[in-house]
Amino acid sequence: MPKVTYELPDGASHALDVPSGQSVMDGSVRNNLPGIVAECGGSCSCATCHVFVEEGASCFDEPTDEERDLLEYAEGVRPNSRLSCQLILTEDCQGVRVTVPDTNG
Amino acid sequence: MTRVLVVGAGHAGATLAGLLRQAGHRGPVELFGDEVDLPYHRPPLSKKFAEGDLEQWLRPAEFYREQDITVRLGEHVVGIDRDGRRVRTGSGDFHSYDHLVLATGAEPRALPVPGAELSGVVSLRTLSDARILRKCVEERRALVIVGGGYIGLEVAAVARSCGVAVTVVEREERVLGRVASARLSEILAAHHREQGTHILNGAEVTRIDGADGRVRAVVLEDGTQIPCEAVLIGVGAVPRDRLAVDAGLVCAQGIVVDEHARTSDPRILAIGDVTRRPLGTGALVRLESIPSATEQAKQAVATITGAAPVAAEVPWFWSDQFDLKLKIAGLVPPTPHTVVRGDPAAGRFALFHHHGGTITAVESANSPAEFMAGKKFIASRTRIDPARLADSSVPLRDAVVH
Ligand SMILES: Cc1cc2nc3c(=O)[nH]c(=O)nc-3n(C[C@H](O)[C@H](O)[C@H](O)COP(=O)(O)OP(=O)(O)OC[C@H]3O[C@@H](n4cnc5c(N)ncnc54)[C@H](O)[C@@H]3O)c2cc1C
Ligand code: FES
Repeated sequence: MPKVTYELPDGASHALDVPSGQSVMDGSVRNNLPGIVAECGGSCSCATCHVFVEEGASCFDEPTDEERDLLEYAEGVRPNSRLSCQLILTEDCQGVRVTVPDTNG
Repeated sequence: MTRVLVVGAGHAGATLAGLLRQAGHRGPVELFGDEVDLPYHRPPLSKKFAEGDLEQWLRPAEFYREQDITVRLGEHVVGIDRDGRRVRTGSGDFHSYDHLVLATGAEPRALPVPGAELSGVVSLRTLSDARILRKCVEERRALVIVGGGYIGLEVAAVARSCGVAVTVVEREERVLGRVASARLSEILAAHHREQGTHILNGAEVTRIDGADGRVRAVVLEDGTQIPCEAVLIGVGAVPRDRLAVDAGLVCAQGIVVDEHARTSDPRILAIGDVTRRPLGTGALVRLESIPSATEQAKQAVATITGAAPVAAEVPWFWSDQFDLKLKIAGLVPPTPHTVVRGDPAAGRFALFHHHGGTITAVESANSPAEFMAGKKFIASRTRIDPARLADSSVPLRDAVVH
């Protein structure tokens, strides 16, 4: 099963198994990690699931225009910013590591 | 250990329960809901009711077990004993609390006309409502929607896309009269009409006619009969504040709370659609949106755990209608000065409403960057140059006055 490491704002780190087909957001919500709020339930509307992808970016599809636009003015964006609800895991995703910012509202 | 009891297993209540554990609250957390389903997302009920999975749970069932959150579904809380710090359920049981959180939401406003009880007349709030509506659309029943609010228009869009004949009857002179700017109303109404929806403005329903207990026509004040086989009543929602009123808490069409989610009883908090709260504008406002429910859940957690108060957020929500993904932030003032950026006819635009050089609200369609920038401008009271903002070739950042 794909493994995702979540680095949280308070410095804690959680390595979790997230079934393929689910998103990096789903894994966080499922395990009640703080920081990923996911108000819109993953419909690419709210940007409250913003993360920085530190490792494993290549196993995900490129962001859509919509995701790119939502991120453009999100709080504290960086070149490796993504919306975690759009990061769908596959069996190939083994070394994914994301940092969860403390600015997701 | 502090025992937190939450009445209402909807978006606000379920979010609060999860956030309490995130904040390190170790005491018992009990969530009461009178629906039979686990807490779920409501936005898809009006946007995706025609196809796919309606049941989008907020959290999987294991979540509540693992987080040690007791969920009591199908349990109606019928009374609060404030002195005894306990609630009573419909089955006659008592449950005690140290903190009580009322998250009872809102329910569809009834339409007080003869015939509203006929089979085929529905309102939309719950999963079971959405299942009924799905059936209507599957059977291609001609649909009349009473009320041109967001839910009515979302349902109209889905039903039209499925080939259903749709008529929207709106009492006001424009759709979204209470919640959107006149300009947005106009643009959206035009879009719906292009897709073949009939919209009747300034039209009041006086009765619903039926045959054999089933709806057959909606009848307007001027005598017009609109034949139909299904009717959606979408005339707004009323807060479910009965429990609070009966318990003597201060209410004003909604439970009155402060910016820490506190009611007039220090042991009782209230969050979500059921509340009326200050937003820095002087008036108390009742918001019906997920971001508002989340924000108040955070306030309540801070109050219960004694953590620092949370910073105020800009109110916002979204709506999907046909190919338009709408996102709206701020409170739309009655007579705004408006800058249009983008092209409403092409379905990609943002209306920036401003006052004294700062943005007060943004209404956007298919323009996520404009929405996000606008929301930021509102929060930071950024001064903008309207002329530059109106020019799509000027980057949003350069519309800021330094
Ligand atoms: C069709 C639809 C579409 C929407 N779309 C959007 C959208 O796109 N974006 C957006 O931001 N918002 C949207 N909303 C609004 C959003 O769903 C609400 O703001 C949100 O659900 C409010 O959460 P809540 O917990 O306050 O109320 P609810 O989610 O309604 O939960 C309250 C729960 O409490 C239960 N309850 C009430 N009284 C009792 C009692 N005495 N005992 C036990 N249980 C009780 C109710 O049955 C209900 O399950 C939509 C709403 C609807 C109905
Ligand atoms: S959860 Fe809303 S954009 Fe990802």
